[in-house]
Amino acid sequence: MSSSTTNTTTISTAGPPSRRNTELAMLVFAVIIPVFAYANAGLALSDEMPSGMLSYGLGLGLLAGVGHLVVRKFAPYADPLLLPIATLLNGLGLVLIWRLDQSRRLAQRAKDAGMAFSPSAPNQLIYSALGVALFVGVLILLKDHRILQRYTYISMVVALILLILPMFFPARFGARIWITLGSFSIQPGEFAKIIIAVFFSGYLMVKRDALALASRRFMGLYLPRGRDLGPILVVWGMSILILVFETDLGTSLLFFGLFVVMLYVATERTSWIVFGLLMSAAGAVGVATFEPHVQSRVDAWLQPFEVAKNGGSDQIAQALMAFGSGGVFGTGLGQGNSDLIGFAANSDFILATVGEELGLAGTMGLLLLYGLIVERGVRTALAARDPFGKLLAIGLSAAFAIQVFVVAGGVMGLIPLTGMTMPFIAQGGSSVIANWALVAILIKVSDTARRPAPTPAPTTDAEMTQVVRP
Amino acid sequence: MNKPLRRIAIFCGLLVLALLVRDNWIQYVQADELKNHDGNHRVLIARYSQPRGNIIVDGQPITGSAETNGIDFKYKRTYKDGPMWAPVTGFASQAYGANQIENIEDGILTGNDDRLFFNRTIDMITGKKQKGGDVITTLNRKAQEAAFKGLGDKKGAVAALDPRTGKILALASTPSYDPSKIAGATSKDKKAWLGLQPKTDKDDPMLNRALRQTYPPGSTFKVVTAAAALENGKYTDIDGATNSPVPWKLPLSTQNLPNEGNIPCENASLRQALRYSCNTVFGKLGDDLGKEKMREQAEKFGFNETVDTPVRAYASVYPEKMDRPGNAMSAIGQFDNRATPLQMAMVAAAVANDGKLMKPYMVDSLRAPNLNTIEQTDPEQMSQPLSSENAQKLQSMMETVVKEGTGTSAQIPGVTVGGKTGTAQHGVANSKNPYAWFISYAKGNDGSPVAVAVVIEGSNTLRGDIAGGKLAAPIAKSVMQAVLETERDK
Repeated sequence: MSSSTTNTTTISTAGPPSRRNTELAMLVFAVIIPVFAYANAGLALSDEMPSGMLSYGLGLGLLAGVGHLVVRKFAPYADPLLLPIATLLNGLGLVLIWRLDQSRRLAQRAKDAGMAFSPSAPNQLIYSALGVALFVGVLILLKDHRILQRYTYISMVVALILLILPMFFPARFGARIWITLGSFSIQPGEFAKIIIAVFFSGYLMVKRDALALASRRFMGLYLPRGRDLGPILVVWGMSILILVFETDLGTSLLFFGLFVVMLYVATERTSWIVFGLLMSAAGAVGVATFEPHVQSRVDAWLQPFEVAKNGGSDQIAQALMAFGSGGVFGTGLGQGNSDLIGFAANSDFILATVGEELGLAGTMGLLLLYGLIVERGVRTALAARDPFGKLLAIGLSAAFAIQVFVVAGGVMGLIPLTGMTMPFIAQGGSSVIANWALVAILIKVSDTARRPAPTPAPTTDAEMTQVVRP
Repeated sequence: MNKPLRRIAIFCGLLVLALLVRDNWIQYVQADELKNHDGNHRVLIARYSQPRGNIIVDGQPITGSAETNGIDFKYKRTYKDGPMWAPVTGFASQAYGANQIENIEDGILTGNDDRLFFNRTIDMITGKKQKGGDVITTLNRKAQEAAFKGLGDKKGAVAALDPRTGKILALASTPSYDPSKIAGATSKDKKAWLGLQPKTDKDDPMLNRALRQTYPPGSTFKVVTAAAALENGKYTDIDGATNSPVPWKLPLSTQNLPNEGNIPCENASLRQALRYSCNTVFGKLGDDLGKEKMREQAEKFGFNETVDTPVRAYASVYPEKMDRPGNAMSAIGQFDNRATPLQMAMVAAAVANDGKLMKPYMVDSLRAPNLNTIEQTDPEQMSQPLSSENAQKLQSMMETVVKEGTGTSAQIPGVTVGGKTGTAQHGVANSKNPYAWFISYAKGNDGSPVAVAVVIEGSNTLRGDIAGGKLAAPIAKSVMQAVLETERDK
């Protein structure tokens, strides 16, 4: 027996490492890097250290510290990468927004349009604090992610309301994706993304066997039964409706893509992917042919420079030129001219500022950070022990991945522009708050997944038991 | 459930990969194209983010840069004596681009030129801002002033060359414009710009008449015809009688070619024919020589070809397709052949330089911000339109014109001056005011230091008064005097 104890991994009372100290070390970098970026941008813009340097550093450090302590207490086995990456992205986003606040060109633009130009960074800092507060709230209040399963159908109703509500509010900038209450407005799509993932997880966990097994085989594909097609048709119809009535390409794509991914994971049937692709292709072509808003987006994507020359929106052309002018290493923070993009330079198009000022190197780094969040999410899904947790984690990660792809692809001219926000870095309260909640749920799921199984009750022959870890 | 999860993981990886590939495409593969795209405002922003290098005449800059408070542009181009120098500098505008030297030498002026790479690198390492280099021109300030003042409010142009080297000494065009007024990007600049367009200003002040407007050369072209006659051996003795009846009927026509007034042109020698500007003699000469030989001679003087000085001068024309009467009329500069003032200055210069035509140029050298010369233009022979012997004969003829012919108003005491007047008719049935021409050169101790061509169009002076000798010759004279003065001071 003694030989086996020396050669095998065993459960010891210490349990697996919680990785909390790794997280703390990385958090230090996640705070220091944006602080240096802030100093860099300030020096480049006005030859002096920005005045809010200390308070900004302390503020970000405080948010990260609170986040870390709460994770340490309430989710001790959570994935150690998620919080530092989210902090880093949020911190860099604040610097980029502050940097664009200093743009005389954007100020002049607002003045010409008869509007007062107000800096966005202070508000964004408040939103970030609210986001972290929500993060903390989720970690403390949500004892176990499986509790969410109870709210499957309530989630459905809430999600539907959130998606449908903007239809009754006036369109802003060509899309009905806002709920406006006085001077305050929120983008419900950002929150709906999470709630829908909860609903799909609960719904599919219950129905997955029916959807997976009751099917006929046809040309190598398992065709679902007609009545099982119902839900996918409903979701498809919903996303088309969003597209037509809210002219919101991004949410529509995200919504449908999320559903197909989760359906596939739940049923393990490739046929759903084929159906999903066919239906989204049909929907896209159908809508694009009669919806002028979508058409103009497609035109601007295919021929950005011609559209700009003929008096159309020059945003994509400007974004592409910003990326190109940045080149490999970029101009350095504060030294680019990405504010030439004008409208939405600090929200939908903020990636162009990254591209111009941090260059190919910085942009790839940023994209890889997003990739890393998604990777940690998928890993959480793989490690999760319960199907609901698996589905929820993969749903949230896939939604995050699709959103990043859709907005970054749109800004870089890879796909038509859809008007979504770059998670964490783009200006916008709904986005940053919702994404902190998303990360909180992922952290909670990963905590449950990595938490060591309860120590077995000591038996009479209390020897160490050999186990294979998942 | 883990198999589909892994596939989704791969799918998400592919999404990120697609973004990375696209990012490399726009930020690496297409980066230069996007960076220098026509629509990319950054090109202009960079151009005006530091003081622009200067264009220099006689050691003094004729341009400058002023700091502005604009959002996009930190500096603005300024010009000293803008209207006078506009045909040389062109303009550099924040809103409307640049032309002429400002455009051609933009790389040097902004400091972006590859030859300034080393300077830029040093500046970058030492933390200095990029600087532009200077463009040193061949122009002569006094000659330019004489030309510009001489033209005054008349419409016309002056081009003056150093026949020995081809250096452009004066290049004036009136009415002119002040490039300072369109250098910015404000509404004031826009108004000025719109006001300068040919649509609003019929005088087209932005047209560089010295290089880019062709006129019928009138009688000044007789110098070319005379050169053709001498070169082709039609006549060798400039004082011998020619076979020239008066009246002379145009070939294939019943019409006589008239002379201007009652002048002694019958069988006149070449010298006398040029002195009195006999249409009959030179018309018949052109016809006798034939179209091909005439064109050949004109092309040796530079016709039918653009000249890059480096600002491009439009090609003067001696057409290939003409009938016989057309050719005969062209021989006296009254048909389809057209010439720029620079071209006619080149004709005078070639004669003055003993038959050697030097390529005209106005950029002497380019100077790096650290005052190193990075490019020096060396004089270059363009062609030899006539032998040195024939050139001296022609000089003698042209000197007679000034001494006792139509060009007496260009006489300078104590200096040998040769010239030829011209009065080119135009408009339907000669209804419009004719163009007054004068081409000339002056001789110094060491060859001829200056050849000049002056054209004045549509002046309000009385028609009878318009002959080149009266209007254009005095301007040519003051330009020549200015150059001779600087030569003497050297």
